Order: sequence, then structure tokens, then C-alpha cells
Amino acid sequence: MPPDMLFLAALDGIAYGSLIFLVAVGLSLIFGVLGVLNVAHGSFYAIGAYVAASAVLAAAGMGLPTWLAFPLFLISAILVGVVVGGAVEALLLRRIYGKEEVLQLLVTFAVFMILEDAQKVIFGVRPLFANAPMNWLGTVEVFGIYYTNYQLILIPLVALAVLVGLRLFLRRTSFGRAIVAVTQDREAAMAMGINATSIYLFTFMIGASLAALGGALSSATTSLTPGIGSGMIVLSFAVAATAGLGRIEGAAVAALMIGLGRSAAVYFAPEFDVLIPYLIMVAVLLIKPEGLFTTLQTRKV
Amino acid sequence: MAIKGSAVAVFALGALMALPALAQDKPKELVVGVATFLSGPASVFGVPGKNAADLFFEEINAKGGILGVPVKPVYVDEGAGTNQLISEYRRVVQDQGAQVMFGAISSGSCNALAPVAEDLKVVNVMWDCGTQTIFEEGKWKYSVRTQGHAGAEMMATLLYLMKVKPDFKTIAVVNQDYAWGRESWALLQAGLKALKPDVKVVAELFPKFGAPDFSTEITRLSALRPDVVISTSWGGDLDTFVQQAAARGLLKQSTFVLPLAESSMERLGNVMPEGVIVGSRGDHYFLHPKYKNTAEMQGFVKKYKDKTGVYPIYPTFHMNQAVTGLVKAYEKAGAAAGGKWPSKEQVIAAFEGLEFKSLTGTITIRSDHQGLEDQMLGTTKRVPEFPFAVYDKIALYPGKLVTTPVGEKSLDWFAKVKPELVNDKSIETFDYVK
Repeated sequence: MPPDMLFLAALDGIAYGSLIFLVAVGLSLIFGVLGVLNVAHGSFYAIGAYVAASAVLAAAGMGLPTWLAFPLFLISAILVGVVVGGAVEALLLRRIYGKEEVLQLLVTFAVFMILEDAQKVIFGVRPLFANAPMNWLGTVEVFGIYYTNYQLILIPLVALAVLVGLRLFLRRTSFGRAIVAVTQDREAAMAMGINATSIYLFTFMIGASLAALGGALSSATTSLTPGIGSGMIVLSFAVAATAGLGRIEGAAVAALMIGLGRSAAVYFAPEFDVLIPYLIMVAVLLIKPEGLFTTLQTRKV
Repeated sequence: MAIKGSAVAVFALGALMALPALAQDKPKELVVGVATFLSGPASVFGVPGKNAADLFFEEINAKGGILGVPVKPVYVDEGAGTNQLISEYRRVVQDQGAQVMFGAISSGSCNALAPVAEDLKVVNVMWDCGTQTIFEEGKWKYSVRTQGHAGAEMMATLLYLMKVKPDFKTIAVVNQDYAWGRESWALLQAGLKALKPDVKVVAELFPKFGAPDFSTEITRLSALRPDVVISTSWGGDLDTFVQQAAARGLLKQSTFVLPLAESSMERLGNVMPEGVIVGSRGDHYFLHPKYKNTAEMQGFVKKYKDKTGVYPIYPTFHMNQAVTGLVKAYEKAGAAAGGKWPSKEQVIAAFEGLEFKSLTGTITIRSDHQGLEDQMLGTTKRVPEFPFAVYDKIALYPGKLVTTPVGEKSLDWFAKVKPELVNDKSIETFDYVK
């Protein structure tokens, strides 16, 4: 395999890993703060994709310029995160914090199933197709092979912005610090006057918006069909578990590993293409059962 | 004399006992259970199938039903998984009294349901599944397939490729990683070995079913530059693959062969360029060169489009074949029963040798219960009349020519296919005409 091919394979891996990161980091954030493993996260991804694609198609139908798709992606992601995510947290999840993990899994799985059906009722089962934003950004030639700027540049840039933005938000803003405080010790944080309820709600909305943003961005490259959410939730679970649940930087590294691993598989051993994310996950968890980036937690007396 | 009298009595008794099997009282309604994907990614085919079934059954009922009995369709979701499908299938037969079942879309479902239908002794019409092995490896009394199978579809694809691009030297495959993707490739490979033994397979890629991203596969194909790229993918996967490949210029670099693309043409709109080889799992196409102007076709296309907003795709035509076949089988069996309501056994027997006209070609059901349908392939062309690509350079392959003969297995038959078949006189050709 010539080195230029390896480089090209790496580019594919980065583009793919970036998209998974966007979704997985939301899942990880929600788990880190709320302690809930949210299966319905896949629905936020799917609904984000459907809403964004519908908005882009509607805008195109009205003759609006294609570049409007990019702000529309952001708006629809926030809208889905706030409205759907907010509703799920406030109406349902709030009641099961601190309960058994099995119950949380069952409840979020039920939400996932309900939202799957809701998607079919609202958006139908006909594949939705809105690739204009991808084509609008054009292609770039690397070693004689054409890439879309959308996948090669835009998606990794957005992922990087989210990573840096989340880090800065959690460490440099008072609200971000309050979130971290609640994560560390909810009771102590509440004693200091932090409103944990609104922090939970807000964090859940951010996590859901990130999944929806991943969906919105993928709507330009993928044909949206029923069931897209389940595929993504499995992958983001693999990323989050590899990284160590709740670790943001870890999610970035794990998503990249899985992206590059999958790319390498397509080049060298296509048979392993489907298996590779899970092989990576198993390999990491065998060596570090808490995930790559989890530090040992001291037990509170 | 006494012996003779008893013999007559026994004969008469036997005839009386045989009567219920020969003819029955007409039921109040004929419940037809239809297994189709109402959930999951395959619902992009399952729901159009259901929409079409609703239309066809409404039409039949408007004309007084089958032999005067109204039909009541009951739908079963294939997307719920095989175990649940089997129990739902049983429930519809045993509790709702279905005398006929349409099962199903997925080959996995068809394989699972055939023995259940035998057990329940219910007429089972395989309305869409494609695996060629069902009647090649099993013999099912109560099951029948009203359409072609993967063998016929892949043979026609090979013959078309050999005809329009005989000089290709390298080929790559990108198929979904499940039974259909693997089996269809096995058939094509066997045929390629026989027809073009010097062809080199440069890549065999099997991305996950429902994969959202084919960038890596596309990069690899761009680097390998195969003469031909073949993909038997369908639904959203095919749309995504074509969309991403088109954006990166790959569709112009290699000849693409997409045997299931008929169902994606409208959705792909301006993404699908000219020069791509497309197929339709049979001769299903609303612009079928021989039948697009018939009153039946135009009426159906209009009704379907009014109801769903889109043009009909192949599962809707497969549903037409299943419903039409059922009506014709009942009529044949009813006539044989002297105008009485036929038994299930008489209906399934009537399917053997049955010939009926569908919205497109004529379907014949062979003695092994496998249907013969024509196969149509074409090359995409852009025309001002439609906002999506249409078929040009159409070739119509008679079902009999491309379907594995009774008693033979498709993989063996593919291995001995002769190049003469490519130019067989029975193949009709057409260009796109407005």
C-alpha cells in the first residue's frame, strides 16, 4: 500500500470519526452530568437530521440561496435539542434520576421507540434527500482523488469547534463550572446554591442538540430512512464506552480511533469493516475496563 | 350383489367425504394477511407495497370481490423480527381466519414462513422476496412465488453488462453486508467466471447494512479505477452511495451497475447522471416501453401518484402480480370446482401452470411454484420531461431465458452459462421514447 493511499485512508477516517464524535460527545456529556445512559440519544440524531433536511428542502423550494442551509443546520439542531430534548428531560427523565440503571435504560429505550414511530408519522418512510449543501461546497483534489469539502473540511472543523467550545464552556464559564460541580458532588453543589434541576435540564438540551447537529450535518451526505438513529446510537455507545463514559476529550480520541480503524479495515481487510469499532472497544476495555480516559474515583464515605 | 352394493356405498361415502375438499360454502369475506415491512429501513419498500395492496384490493372489492367474496387485507409488520413475524402470521391465520397469506419482502422472512405455511396449510404467496434457494432447496406445497428470483435478476444484469460494455477488464463490488448482498454477488461471480474468466475482481466491499457513509469505499474505488462498479444495494443505502459517489465524480470514472436502482431513480433526482446501468427486479417500470400507455398502467400510475405523491416503484408492481395471481388462481380453481368456492388446496393447485397478465409483462408459475417474469435493464438518460433520470437502451429479457430451469440450482446453472445467451434472439430492445 503506497503512503499516499494511507494518507487518503486517514482523511476518510477523520471525516467519519468527526461525525461520530459529534453524536457520541453529547451522549457522554449527558452521562457524565446526569448519570443516565440515554438510548433515546439516537432519536435526537435522527430527528435532527429529518428536521434539518426538511428545512433545507423547504428553503430550496422557496428559492432561497443554498448557503442558508448552514445556519439552518444550527438552528434546527438547537430547536430539536431544546424542544424534544427539553421535553424528554422535564417530563420523564427527571423522575428516574438515581434509580436503577436498568430502569433508566428501559425508559430511554421506550422513548427511543416512541420517537421512532413519531418520526414515521411526521416525516414518512420515504427516504429524504437533501444533498445541495454538500454539492454547494464543491470538491478538492488530493493525490488525484476527489473529496467533498463538506466531508473533508466542514465536518471535522465543526467537530473541532465543538470539542474546543465544550472545553472552554465547562472550564471557563461560571455555568460550565456549575455543571462540573454538580457532576462531582450534587449535594454539595446544591448546598452552595446551585440549581441542579436547571443544570440537568440545560445539560440534557446541550447533549441532545449535539446529537441533532450530528444528524443535521449528516443529512447532506446521507439518505434519511427509518432506523438511522439505531445505527448511530450503537456506534456512539461504542465510542463512549471506549473513551470512558463522561469523558469529552476521550470521546474525541475514541471516535478518531474508530474512524481510522474502520478506514484501515476497508483498505486492508474489508471483512472487518463492520466489526472494527467493536474490536477496538473490546481491546480497550480488556486493558482498561473503565475506558481510556477514566481516572479512578475516590469513594465517598 | 351384496358386495357390489357395499362397494357402491363405500364409493358414495368416499365421494361425499371428498366433497368438502372439492367445494365449500362461500365465506363472508376472504381475509388476506400481508406481511410487509412497516417499520425499519426496509419500510421504504414495504409501505409502497402496502399502499399498492390497498389500492388493488379496493379495486377488486369495487368489482364485487374474488368470486363474489369481498377481500379484507390484514397487515403484519415484517420489521418486528422473524420470531414475532411468525407468531403474528400464525395469529392472522388461526384467529382471524386468513385463507391466504402474502409473505414476504425479506428472503429471511420467506425462508422462515414457508414451513409455517405448510404447517398451517395456508396459501402463501411470496410477493417480493428474491432468494433463489427457496424452491431450489425446498419443496413447498402451500407456497408460491408470483415473481422472479435473484438468479433471473442477476443473470439479466450480467447479460446486459456483457452486451453494452463487453470490453471491461476489472470489476469491484460494493454490496450490503447481509444475505442479499452476499448471495447476489456469489451469483454474479459464478456467471462472470463462465462468461468472462479473465476479468479481475479488484475489490469486494461489504459495508454494513444501513451504513451512513461510504467515503472510504469511494476513495478506494477512485484509487483502484475499476472499469465496472457493481452494487446490488437498495433503499437508503443505495441512495447514499450514489449521492456520495456522484459528488466525488466516481460515477463518471467507472461504469456503474445498479440492478435495484429503479426504486431510487425518482429520489435521486438530478444526482443520477447518464450512463449508469440500472435494473428493476423484474420488468417493473412505470415507463415500461411496451406498457406505459396502456389504460391499466396509466390508471394505476395516476391513482398511486395521487395517493402517495410519487411514482410507483417495483414493490408496488410485485404486489400487483401477487394480487392478480391470486384472483386468477381463485377464478381457475372456482371454475374447476364448478363455480363453488374452492378449497385452499384447489387454489394452490390452480397456481401451477397459471399464466396471467400483470401491469407489465405476463407471469407464468412453473411446476416448482416459481414465477417467471421478464427482466428489464437500461442505461440512464436525462430528459426534459422528468426531473430524474429515465431508462434508455432498454433490454427486455424473457423470464424463461434468464431463470434457472426447474430442478437445477442457480449457482450451478450460472457456472455453465454460454456467451451466446448475450445475443439471444428473444431479447427485445427499446430506446427511450417520450
